[in-house]
Amino acid sequence: MVKEIERCGIPVVHMCTVVPISLTVGANRIVPTVAIPHPLGNPTLTPADEKNLRRRLVERALKALQTEVHLQTVFEE
Amino acid sequence: MKKIRVLHYLNQFYGGIGGEDKADVPVQVKEEAVGPGLAIKAALGEDGDIIATIICGDNYFNENLESATAEILKLVEQYKPDLLIAGPAFNAGRYGMACGGVCKAVGETFSIPTVTGMYIESPGVDGYRKYTYIVETGNSAADMRRAIPPMVTLAKKLVAGEPLGDPKSEGYISRGLRQNYFHTERGSKRAVDMLLAKIKGEPFVTEYPMPEFDRVAPNPHILDMSKATIALVTSGGIVPKGNPDRIESSSASRFGCYDITGVTDLTADTYQTAHGGYDPVYANLDADRVLPVDVLREMEAAGVIGKLHNLYYATVGNGTSVANAKKYAAAIGAELKEAGVDAVILTST
Repeated sequence: MVKEIERCGIPVVHMCTVVPISLTVGANRIVPTVAIPHPLGNPTLTPADEKNLRRRLVERALKALQTEVHLQTVFEE
Repeated sequence: MKKIRVLHYLNQFYGGIGGEDKADVPVQVKEEAVGPGLAIKAALGEDGDIIATIICGDNYFNENLESATAEILKLVEQYKPDLLIAGPAFNAGRYGMACGGVCKAVGETFSIPTVTGMYIESPGVDGYRKYTYIVETGNSAADMRRAIPPMVTLAKKLVAGEPLGDPKSEGYISRGLRQNYFHTERGSKRAVDMLLAKIKGEPFVTEYPMPEFDRVAPNPHILDMSKATIALVTSGGIVPKGNPDRIESSSASRFGCYDITGVTDLTADTYQTAHGGYDPVYANLDADRVLPVDVLREMEAAGVIGKLHNLYYATVGNGTSVANAKKYAAAIGAELKEAGVDAVILTST
């Protein structure tokens, strides 16, 4: 899906937990996430901390979208 | 002849521990054949036996790739098998990645043969075909009875060191290895025969299939995020409560497009997941954990991003065929382009 949307001329950042799958399917900008059933959350945290975690991950995704890439790139931080 | 000592790898489901709610169980071992292992044991007959079964949750393996692999390697060292069989995983994405990952690590570390089984569209095939023997199976466990015998036949040959034929006749997915041999006919004749068959419209098989490199080059980055319109897309199945489009929990036949104008937070009363391939508890309690509408609304209000697109798109990425996923995403991409969206955040579970 990432690749087909990218093909339409829109930059895509893929936020997912299983990075090897994302690399296999050809995502160009990848942000690793927390866990498979809750990629952008962590139910063991307080609601406030969980939202902060989500904000940090989305900020990383926005950074990825503002970064020029030529090859598949995993944004670890 | 000495009996072949087989170590078998299974996920939590086939290992009899539980479904998606148990997908985070750590590596464990049972010193017997379990689930599909019983059919493998039967197919091995007098030639071998399953000495132990390693079971690991799909989420645990994929979320702890390095440590889970290390734990499994330790067990392999302890049991000293002649052979490792993983799965079969059919079209299960995480399970396929786990089977492939285990086979690769075990094969490289201990130089013993490894065999697994997967459906051709499993991400594990692209990821690991070079490193192990993947027998091609159907896309679901309904194919179990048919899938096991060729896996065991191939495994026996590998342990015995018998020469293998080409991937097609042996029933495994090509590893991309070339083998030299003397053909009864010279190359020029074979080429002309192939050309004649092609002209006549008869079937022919190329001797050198061209590799398919279907990559899309990255699009240019966003220069001014504060003016950009960002859209959300997910394969995690987040839908309005009640799943109005009835997107299927697996093998989704459609995608949904939902208006989030004025929505600042996804709650348990308003949104849910339709996905049947992961434990839905966390997403049903707070769907922002999969589709981060809440923080993007705050960023929109703060001027960090220009705008969150008022429509989001969702489908269920669970056993969905690659052809369908491509079709949905091409349609979604065209609509987003038309709507003037500058960038997409796509979330997957």
